[in-house]
Parts: sequence; structure tokens; C-alpha cells
Amino acid sequence: MASSSDNEEVRVLGKWASPFSNRIDLALKLKGVPYKYSEEDLANKSLDLLKYNPVHKKVPVLVHNGNSIAESLVILEYIDEVWNNNNNHAFLPQDPYHRALARFWCKTLDDKILPAIWNACWSDEKGREKAVEEALEALKILQDELKDKKFFGGETIGLVDIAANFIGYWVSILQEIAGLELLTIEKFPKLYEWSQEYINHPVIKEGLPPRDELFAFFKASAKK
Amino acid sequence: MEEVVLLGFWTSPYVMRVKIALLEKGIEFQYKEERDVFEDKNKSELLLESNPIYKKVPVLIHNGKPICESLIILEYIDEVWKQEQQLFSADPYYRAKARFWIDFFDKKTTTCGKKLWANKGEDQDAAKREFVECLKLLENELGEKPYFGGDHFALLDIALIPITCRFYTYEKLCKFSVEEECPKFMEWVRRCNMRESVSKTLPDPFKVFDFVLEVKKRFQIQ
Repeated sequence: MASSSDNEEVRVLGKWASPFSNRIDLALKLKGVPYKYSEEDLANKSLDLLKYNPVHKKVPVLVHNGNSIAESLVILEYIDEVWNNNNNHAFLPQDPYHRALARFWCKTLDDKILPAIWNACWSDEKGREKAVEEALEALKILQDELKDKKFFGGETIGLVDIAANFIGYWVSILQEIAGLELLTIEKFPKLYEWSQEYINHPVIKEGLPPRDELFAFFKASAKK
Repeated sequence: MEEVVLLGFWTSPYVMRVKIALLEKGIEFQYKEERDVFEDKNKSELLLESNPIYKKVPVLIHNGKPICESLIILEYIDEVWKQEQQLFSADPYYRAKARFWIDFFDKKTTTCGKKLWANKGEDQDAAKREFVECLKLLENELGEKPYFGGDHFALLDIALIPITCRFYTYEKLCKFSVEEECPKFMEWVRRCNMRESVSKTLPDPFKVFDFVLEVKKRFQIQ
């Protein structure tokens, strides 16, 4: 029931530029699970998207043997639970307390840290100073959590590292477009070092979208 | 010697989730009520130390280690105190579904919850419509099952039942009836209230209403 086989069908409905969608690509690649990917056009939602995520009509959606799961953090836990034999890379530790901490940081990334950085990068003149202050505060608490670890998961990529793809990769692009200095080696040396380890990790590297295309995509959005 | 402490506040539905779970599991714990949850200066040292990022209840402190966020606490409780009848399903797909619905519900109550009692006019009406729509979706998800967990009172039931102590408040302030809009949902509410863990935990809805009126006065919300 809980191990992958050639007969299992795994599909991902996603958007290439979305970090939430990308989390699922990274997770499946880390687990070595083959899957079919469909790019969704959110301005023109497919029948499949409406069928598999009728509540939110958003990506990413994972479809496994006909069952659909939505919300990226929910999908990540599902992937970790289903593909969990010794050959698969575990995203969460065994110990309940450390599992709770990892889940807490994933939630904090989505509820507090990502929104603060996103707001700073897209803020107008008026709100900019306050938004940047909040973004820097958010990065600080994240760096404090990293401490001296190589990854948030310890020696290997864990759930929090996957969820922090936005920090590891998207932030450098968005801050450049916005003309801001948020995650830099001077301001956050440990977190910056983590981001370099992250984007150079052999599996993660293959799973991230190309930088120049991502840059062009967000630059075009900034112009609107 | 296990030491389990729960930091809470009597009107918080998130705290109620944890209390119900602890009672269902038969776990002994010490409950510490916060004096006030609205202003940081009134919060206890223990809360500020245990949850420095959000400074919110609930916090479960197990042998000195704090765990925050109600769903995360429920997962922790289920993993530490394993029993024959667990809160979470053994099947990853049903676990994912429960997590999805809790996420959906929490996002909805965050965006429209406060507007139901703090706003007026069109804003309040829009929030009411959104809230009723949310309950209808949940009613649909419940279907013909006695509980969201199927035959057993489980995670999703525990996560959803606490907000129902606010129904009287919402109905009075927004002028609608949950019974009229979602009768099957109310059947489920009554069924859950027959469980001791729920009836012991949920506060009197009239007391909740009085509390909301006090909060409105305190923060000068008309």
C-alpha cells in the first residue's frame, strides 16, 4: 500500500514559476518517484484542476492513483508518508518533538516569513521601509533557527529545507528586481551559506526552474 | 514522570482542540489560564518564553519542551501517546484530507471570523455568506457519516467542534441560523456534544457572547 511500484500513477498539476508548485517537484525528485507533470494556466483552468481541487482551484495538486491532494505542505507530508522505505530519503526525523519543530517552521515560513519577504519585494514607496524591516526580521528568525546546521534537516535536506525553496532561490531573484538587499552574505552569512549549499545540491539543482527564465517572468510582472 | 502543561485561554477554539484531544487520550495535564490574550504586556512570562514568535495560545509543554500551533500539537500528542484508536487515520490519504480541511477551515475563520462580530453592514454580510458557504462545504464532506472521522470521533471532528461555541454569538450579531442553513452540520454538533471530552471543554455559548460584547467595548468596536 505504501511503496511505489511501476503501476502507480503520480501526477502533478503545477505552475513552473511557483515556489509552492516547485516544492512538489523537489520532493518527488528527492524520493526518486517518477511522475507526470502538467503545466496549468491559472487564467484558463483545466477541467482536471477543477476536478482535483474544486475547493481552491489552485496549484499544486498531487494526484496519486486517482486520489487528489492539495496544499503544498499537506502534499509534502503525504509524499513523505507514502514513500517511506529505507531507500527513500526521509523528510521528517523520527522523534516526535523534532517533527513538531519541523512542522512549526514550515508553517512559520508560509504564515510569516514568505509573506514578509514577498511584501517587501512588491511594496510601493509608502510602505517600503516598514515592509523591508519586517522582511529582515523574518530572515533573522529563520537564520536563528538554522544555527550551525548545514541544512534545516541537519546533514540532509529535510521538510523545512524543501519548504524554504523560496528563500533559497526565489528571494535572490525578487530582491534584485526590486532593487533591495535582503538575503545577502553580509546581513545573514549563515542563511546565505545555506542557500548556496541548497541550490548546489545535486537533486535540488535539477529541480529548480532556470534562473534567467524565472528572472524574466518576475521582471515582466513587475512592469505591470 | 510525565509533565504535561497546557497554556490556554477559555475562549480560544484552538486551545479547546488540544484540551479535547488530551481528554480523549486520557492524558493527565495541568492547565494554566492566561489572564489576557489581546495585549502582549498582559501575557505570562511562561507564554512569552515558550512561544516567542507568535506569543499565542495554545502551547503544550511536555517535560519542559514547548510545542506550538494547535494542529502540530495534535499530531505530537498522537505520535507520543499511541493507542489503539488514534486521532489520525493510519492511511496517508485520509490524513492528508483531514489536514487539508483543517487548513481550509482555519484560513476561512481567520479571514471572515472577526468580521462576523467586529464589522457591520456589507462587510459583515459578506463574511456571513462566506462562513455559511464554508459550513456547507464541510457538511458536504461529512455526508452521511456520523463523524468526519467515519465511525469514530477523530482529528477533523476535534478540530472543527470548538468553533461551534461561537455560533450563538455569530447568529445573534449577524441575524442568521446555522440550524436553518446547515441542519446536518448541527446534527453532527449535537452528536459531538454528547461526548464528555467535548461537553467538559466547550464553554457556555451565552458566556462567549457576553465576552465578545466586552471585547467590543474594550476596543471600542461598535
